Formats: sequence, C-alpha cells, structure tokens
Amino acid sequence: MSEQVIVRVEKLTKTVAHDSGALTILHDISFAIKSGESVAIVGPSGSGKSTLLGLLAGLDTPSSGAVSINGESLFVLDEDARAGLRGRLIGFVFQSFQLLPMLTALENVMLPLELLGGGNARHRATDILERVGLQQRMRHYPKQLSGGEQQRVAIARAFVTQPALLLADEPTGNLDSTTGGTVIELLFALNRERGTTLLLVTHDPALAQRCGRSLNLAAGRMLEERA
Amino acid sequence: MKLALRLLAREWRAGELTLILSAVVIAVAAITTVSFFTDRVHQALTTQASQLLAADLVLISDHPIPVQFADRASAAGLMLTRTLAFPSMVVAGQRNQLAEVKAVSPGYPLRGELSVSRTLFGPAEIVNSGPQPGTAWADARLMQMLGLKVGAVVEVGQANLTVVAVIAKEPDRAGDFFNIAPRLMLHSDDIARTQLIQPGSRVNYRLLIAGDARQLAAYRAWAEPHLSRGERIEDVRDARPEIRSALDRAQRYLGLAALVSAILAAVAVALSSRQFVTRHLDSCAVLRCLGASQATIFRIYLIQFILLGLAASAIGSLAGYGGQALLAEFMRGRIVDQLPAPSLWPLLEGLSIGLLLLLAFALPPLMHLKSVSTLRVLRRDLGMPRQMGMASYALGAALVAGVLIYRAGEVKLGLYVLGGLLGVVLGGLILGLLMLRVLALLRRRARGVWFYGLANAGRRRAASLTQIVGFSLGLMALLLLTLVRGDLLASWQSSLPPNAPNRFVINIQPDQLSALQQFFRRENLDEPILYPMVRGRLVAINARPVLAQNYAEERAQRLVEREFNLSWADRTRSDNHLVAGRWWRGGDAPDQFSVEEGLAQILGIKLGDRLTYEIAGTPVSGHVTSLRKVEWDSMRVNFFVIAPPALLQAQPATYITSFHLPPGHEETLNRLLRQFPNFTVIDVAAIMRDVRAIMARVSDAVTFVFLFTLLAGLVVLYAAVAATRDERLYEAAIMRTLGARSKQLAAAQLIEFAVLGMISGVLAATGASVTAFMLTQQVLHLPFAFNPWVWVAGVLGGMLGIMLAGLMATRSVLRVPPLGVLRSLS
Repeated sequence: MSEQVIVRVEKLTKTVAHDSGALTILHDISFAIKSGESVAIVGPSGSGKSTLLGLLAGLDTPSSGAVSINGESLFVLDEDARAGLRGRLIGFVFQSFQLLPMLTALENVMLPLELLGGGNARHRATDILERVGLQQRMRHYPKQLSGGEQQRVAIARAFVTQPALLLADEPTGNLDSTTGGTVIELLFALNRERGTTLLLVTHDPALAQRCGRSLNLAAGRMLEERA
Repeated sequence: MKLALRLLAREWRAGELTLILSAVVIAVAAITTVSFFTDRVHQALTTQASQLLAADLVLISDHPIPVQFADRASAAGLMLTRTLAFPSMVVAGQRNQLAEVKAVSPGYPLRGELSVSRTLFGPAEIVNSGPQPGTAWADARLMQMLGLKVGAVVEVGQANLTVVAVIAKEPDRAGDFFNIAPRLMLHSDDIARTQLIQPGSRVNYRLLIAGDARQLAAYRAWAEPHLSRGERIEDVRDARPEIRSALDRAQRYLGLAALVSAILAAVAVALSSRQFVTRHLDSCAVLRCLGASQATIFRIYLIQFILLGLAASAIGSLAGYGGQALLAEFMRGRIVDQLPAPSLWPLLEGLSIGLLLLLAFALPPLMHLKSVSTLRVLRRDLGMPRQMGMASYALGAALVAGVLIYRAGEVKLGLYVLGGLLGVVLGGLILGLLMLRVLALLRRRARGVWFYGLANAGRRRAASLTQIVGFSLGLMALLLLTLVRGDLLASWQSSLPPNAPNRFVINIQPDQLSALQQFFRRENLDEPILYPMVRGRLVAINARPVLAQNYAEERAQRLVEREFNLSWADRTRSDNHLVAGRWWRGGDAPDQFSVEEGLAQILGIKLGDRLTYEIAGTPVSGHVTSLRKVEWDSMRVNFFVIAPPALLQAQPATYITSFHLPPGHEETLNRLLRQFPNFTVIDVAAIMRDVRAIMARVSDAVTFVFLFTLLAGLVVLYAAVAATRDERLYEAAIMRTLGARSKQLAAAQLIEFAVLGMISGVLAATGASVTAFMLTQQVLHLPFAFNPWVWVAGVLGGMLGIMLAGLMATRSVLRVPPLGVLRSLS
C-alpha cells in the first residue's frame, strides 16, 4: 500500500458558544492517516468523536487548526468547494443512515454520481446495490426497508463514487448485533476491495479491534494512539 | 398548566415556535390591516358621497317633522339642520315663474359644497351657509326666465326679497331632472313672512343629519320604526341611484379583499400548524414514554396553543394597526384629504380570528398528536398518525367557512367565494394527484438537478398535495381580486366616458325638431338623438285600479301617484338589456309595453300583464311583452316604460334630448335659448363632475386595497414555503454531505418551486375565473370579460411568486453547515 498521507490534522480546536461561556469540544488535536489505513476513533459519549469526524468531512468549520485531505487544505475552501471535494474524495456513512425519504434505494445511491455529473449512474448504482445484496430492494423507499437494509443502502451510496476516504459515524449504532455484524463485514470487505482509507467512530471495542489502529479521545483531547 | 407553560418557555428559547408564531402574526396583521383600512376607506367614501345629499342621512316628510327626531339626533351628538321646499310663483315686476322655493337653516349644507356667483354666469365661490334673512339666491334658469339681475327684488308670497347671488352649485340638487322647476333659495326665518305655508300646502320638510357612521346607523335603526305616514329616511344610496351601484360594488370589493386576506391567513396558519405538529411527534412519543397520559398531552398542547394564539394575534393586531396607519399616511389626499379615524373593532376581530384560525387548524392534528405511537422513540420512521391527512383539516375548513362568510359581510358573496375555494381544493386534489403521476413518469427520464427537483416536487404525496392546495388557494384568492378589480374599473370607466352627455333639453315641441337639428349642425355639435315623451298616469293593471294605498312600500306609492314619462321606439337601445320577453317586430300588434325591471318589481308588474295609462284624458292599454334592465348610472335619457310607435304616436308629445357640451362653450346655451325660448336646459355637468370624482376615488381605493392584499399574499406564500423549511434543510444537508454544490441545490429547489407554482397556477387561474364569473354575474351585476391572460398570469405569477418566496424562505438552507442541521433534525 502507498505510504502517502491522505488525512492530516493539525492543532484542530472547536469551541462553541454556550450559556455558561465558551465550551471547547476539541482541544488541539493533531494526527495523520496514511492512504489505505483503517483507523477507529474511540472514546466515551461527549468526547468529541462525531464532531471530529464532521470536521474531517468539512461538514462543519473549526475554531482553529487545519485539516488537509489528499494534500488539499479543507478550510481554505468555501462551502461549495468543500462539497466538491467531498463528492470526489470522501464517502460518509451515518449512524442514522440519512437516506433521502423521497428517493428509492437505487435513486439514493445514484445521487452522489449524478451530483458529480458522471455518466452511467444507474448502472454503477445497480452494481453496487447487488454487491451489498439488495438487488431485490432497489425500487423500495427507505421507509419500506429495515434498519440493516437502510444502512446497506447508505454504505453502497458511500462507496459508489470510489472515494479515497470513507468516514463512518457509529455505523452500527442503530443496529442489533447480528445486523451490525453483517454491516461491518460488508464495510471492511468493500474497503479491502476498493482500497479505500477507512476512518470510523465507534463505541464498539470489537469494531475498533478490526481497525489497524485507534485514536482515543476523552473530553475533547487525544489521549493516546493505540496500534 | 405549569408544565405547559414551562414547556412553552423552553420551546420558545429553542426557537421551535418562531415559524408558527410568525405565520399567525403575519396572518392577523394582514387581516387587521385590510380590515382597518377598508373600514376607514368605506367611511371616507360614504362621507364623500354624502356631499350629494348635503348630509349623511336625511329625514323627509310632507308635514313638519316631529321634534323627537331632532332631539334624539342632538342627544346622540349628531349635527343637524333643516330645509323645507315647496313650489310657488316668484314674481319680478311684470313677469312671474313657478319655482321650487327652498328655505335653509343655518348650518346648511352639512356635507358638500354650496357655491354662488355674484353675476349671471360669473365665477363661482364656495360659501359656508345659505342666504341671509331678507335676501334670496336664484339659479341661472330662474334668473333667465324672470330676466333678473343681481340686486333685483322678487316677491315670494307676502315677502319681498333681494336676490344677491346666483346659485352655481347646490350639493343636494339632483334626481328627477325632468320634473324640477328652477330654484329660489331663502333663509328659513323668512318663511313665516311669505305666509305661503298653509294647511294643505305641498311642502317637503327635511331634517339633515351628519356625524359618526356608527351613531348614524344606531340613529337610523331607532328612527325607522318611529316613522309615520308621509315620513321617510334616506342616505345617499337611497337618494342617488347613480352613486348607489358604484358604492355598493366598491363595498363588496372591499369585502372581497377582506375575505381574501382571511383566506391567505388561513392557508398560512394551516401549513405552519402542520409543520409544528410534525416537529412535535417525537416530543409526544417521549412524553408518553415518560408516563404522560393522552389527556395530559392534549391539555399541554391546547394550553400552549391558546397562549401562543393570544400572543401572536395580539402582536399581529398591533402590527395591523401600524400597517394601516402607514398606508393611510401614504394615501393621504388620494381618496380623501383625511381618512376618518379607524374604529377599534378590527383589533378585536383580528385577535379572535387569529385565535380561531390557529385552533381550527392546530386542534385536529393535535388530537392525533396525543395518539402518536410510543414506538416512535424506537422507530422514527413511524411517521404521522394515519388520519393526519387532508381529513384533519375538515374541522378547520368548517370554522374557516364561518369566518369567511362573516368577513365577506354578505352571505351570497361569502358562499360564492367559498364554493370557488372548495372547487379549488377538490380540483387541487384530483389534478394534483394526476400531475404528480405525470411527474413520477417524467422523473424517470430526467437527469441531474432536474431529477431531484422533480423528485422533490413529487415527494410524499400528502405533503405535496397539501402544498399545492395551499398555494392554489392563495393564488386563486389574489387572481380573483385582480379579475374582479379589472371588471369593476372597466364598468366604471364605461359608465361615464369623458364625452357623456352633460346637458338635457326638455320641452321640445314636435315642430321644432328639424330646426333644433340644424342648430346643432351650425354649432358643430353632434346631432342629438331626440326621444319622444308622453306623460300619462298608470290607472290600471289587468283592469284592477292602481291606488297608492294598495302598496305597502312608500316608493311604490310615490311612483303611482305621479305621472310617468312614456316613450315610443322601434328598436331597443344598446344600453338597455332585455331580461325577459321579446322586443316587438314589424307586424306585431301595437298594444305592447316594455317595462324597466326595477319598476316592474316595485309595482308587482309581470310579463303578460295589461297596463292602462290615462294620457290627456284618454285610456291607452297594452300588454307587457318585455322587461328591460337600464343602466341608470349612465346619465343618458331613459324611460321606465316604452311602447311601439303605433300605440303612442297619436298622443300629445314633447321631445327630450341629452348632449355633451364641451367646457367653455356655455355661450351656445344662450343662443339655443334665444332661438327656442320655450326650451328648458338642465345642466348636470356639476353633478357629473361630482359623480366622476367619486368614481375615481372609489377606483383608487379599490386599487390600493388590492395592491396591499397582494403584498400580504406574497408574505403569506413566504410563510407557507417556510413551513417546509425543515425538510429542505435536512435534505440539503445530506446532499451537501454527498458533494452537492450550492448551485445544484438552488437549481433543484428552483425546479421544485417552479413545478409546484405551475400546477398551483393552473388550478388557481381556473378557480379564479369560474368564481369571478359567478361573482360578477350574481353579486356585482357586472358584465364578465373572459380573460385568457389570467392563466398566463397564474402560471407565471405562481412560478415566479413561489420561486421568490421559496428562495427567500429557504436561503439559509444553502448557508447552514450540514453537520449542525443533520444533528438537530435527524
């Protein structure tokens, strides 16, 4: 695998205004992730894991510090340019799936391809839905799917653009252990097949174990790095 | 209660109440602004029109008016003065002339302008009161007939009076031009000296009253049951038919505008209540998990809504008060110099309508909220309770129907508009479903942003349909106002064109016709149309004698007591419309009459009845073979009863004509009278100027109220779009996460708004056209002009309006960082 750094985080701090003054959610976080790695961000609730992941995807802006993806500094870009970068480089899987309710499973998966403007969206989306085992459910709307199925659609949607980096926020958090297990298998299998870099936030020690290394957060600070 | 308050405070802090609060505030502000404003404009117009009566209300009697009427008016703080009028010979040297003598008391006129000139045809000046005791004013006709000059002395009965001025304009001089004698005006103190008022004298006593509209209404309500034989009470509508229809139509239009503002308000409140309830599904599920009973949940939200409704309605009412004050300031001098102060009634009205609307639309979904599944805490995809579709709006719709009819101020108007709205709702559901089907087909072929725009428009059917119906109702209301306004203004313009006749000539003898036509040619005036006139008394209907005491209505009694002006004609005129029967043709029997429909109604005359007139001592009979509708406000010569030439030609007749004399050509009249000394010229130019000024002001008022309602409509459309802001924020955040750029999001939204706007526009234009047709025909009695542009305006206006309102309401969708949105809404 290439040794190239795909994610570089430098002195990242996020502070929000609160009734009792400023609340610092992330303190001075720095780390780097190489291409092809799989990394878990672990820590108790409220430690800032999801905020960190959101910042890595450019879904929010930090108070200070920098993040670069594939050498492109994220926060010198405006929101539109960040959206463009996400479309090209990043896939995202949410704990609560976040499928668009008015679109079928197939349409949800086609969405990122169409936003990029590439051709063949229907074909590529069909392929990957077959790969996640949903060939029978492609024309169903999210509300007609079980939680596990919805998450598989979300994973298909995240991988369909062949992103260099896949970010997953508690991907099994809303699923029972059996379904969660199936979803994890799928996530890692696709990660292997497509050579994606995987960065996931999880509570689940078993899931963290399967990653190459873990970044441990507590109260917004990076405690240690565990290989 | 405490819990409800605490929760309300928390929700307020969390910004959860902003949308519903602003919808109610906007709705109530729109309703109250229109209410306040139309209330004031209506008062102003009535005051303006009252100038033609010299008062707001007149009590008329053929005997001295009982003192209780004046006492009661004084006690109510109303202004009053008296006039009395009677026919009498006025003598000047060797000449005498029958004149209509009018004695006025100090204070006359209470409304309008009295102006006089110091020489015959000299410049006029406005005066504040009538002639001083010992003096008299004569009108130009009397001056000419008696050969008077200012300063001359005339005898009226036993009194000698010095004529000190020529009456140029007398505000309440109008009405039956053909029967009036020239005027001599004197002070009421001089009446006793004339010794003309004896038992049995034909005297017309008038008590003129003016003041605050509500006091007047109360006074009239008190006075009417106290009237005895020979007494009647009139306002400008009763006295001046040419003004009545304009005022009535304007008032109905203002009622329609008030109605439309209520419709817009209802739509906004309905849509935002829906959003509020959707957002509270989770809280309800959680409250139930925490042990709250269904009744507790219902109580909590009921209290919240009542408090919310009260607060929002109060703010809205105050905003409405401020809004109309600004509007009135802006309009100062355009309708009248100063609008009368608004009454406080609209404030109360706004408050109660706001609360009612909120409860009407929020309660039914609330009933469903309490039955939300507790499972929702586990499975968010358990959406709205099943029944919460269009059906839950049924109660709201019923309450709103009540509010609408109340607002229209007239059941018929309210019902027609309500029918139109119902049609749009039904049509909206059917057509909306159909179009969504088509969209579903189209979206399979569409690509890129088009695909998402169409997918958004075709999102969950119930929500889309609700939006389409909401938009259509709002648009329809606005289009309806536009259409009816156009018809109204067009009818006013056509009723009094600039070259409408402003002089009448009566008493033309048959042997003078060709000489008169030559005179007009010589003077370069359009050749006049001459109408024959035969005077006759109606003596029998179907061989039954016509007696005044057979009629209950006073107007009917007066009509049968006097002589009618009958005429003959071969053909019907373009400004007379047959409403029943048919016009005579060559070869028909000559014994036929065509009767004006209003007269037929008052006297109980039906098609086929045989009427007998006594003309110069001879009975002349004929069957009623047609009924005509006459435009009395056109100021042209018109007749209640017309016969074929063969029936009346042999009777003694004079001729009458009307013509337009351009300003500055008054000298023509003197030449006319020199050549034909027996003619009487009646000048209605001043009256027409007044009528025209009032029409122009009524048009202005209608336009202003229209523009304001349009503005309120846009604001409400904005609120309606804002009601779907959450869904849009959420979907946009996901799209952004997946790499969508602002342009792509904006384009998808614009496409969605455009499609919704287009569907709504088609529906709204159709609904508005049908309703406008019904209203113009049945309520406003105007000709309906079919206007294909309303579809173009509806579709374009719908698309642009909703796109604009949509972009304004959802611009934050494009700005907010996606993470925050996903966290707060998922």
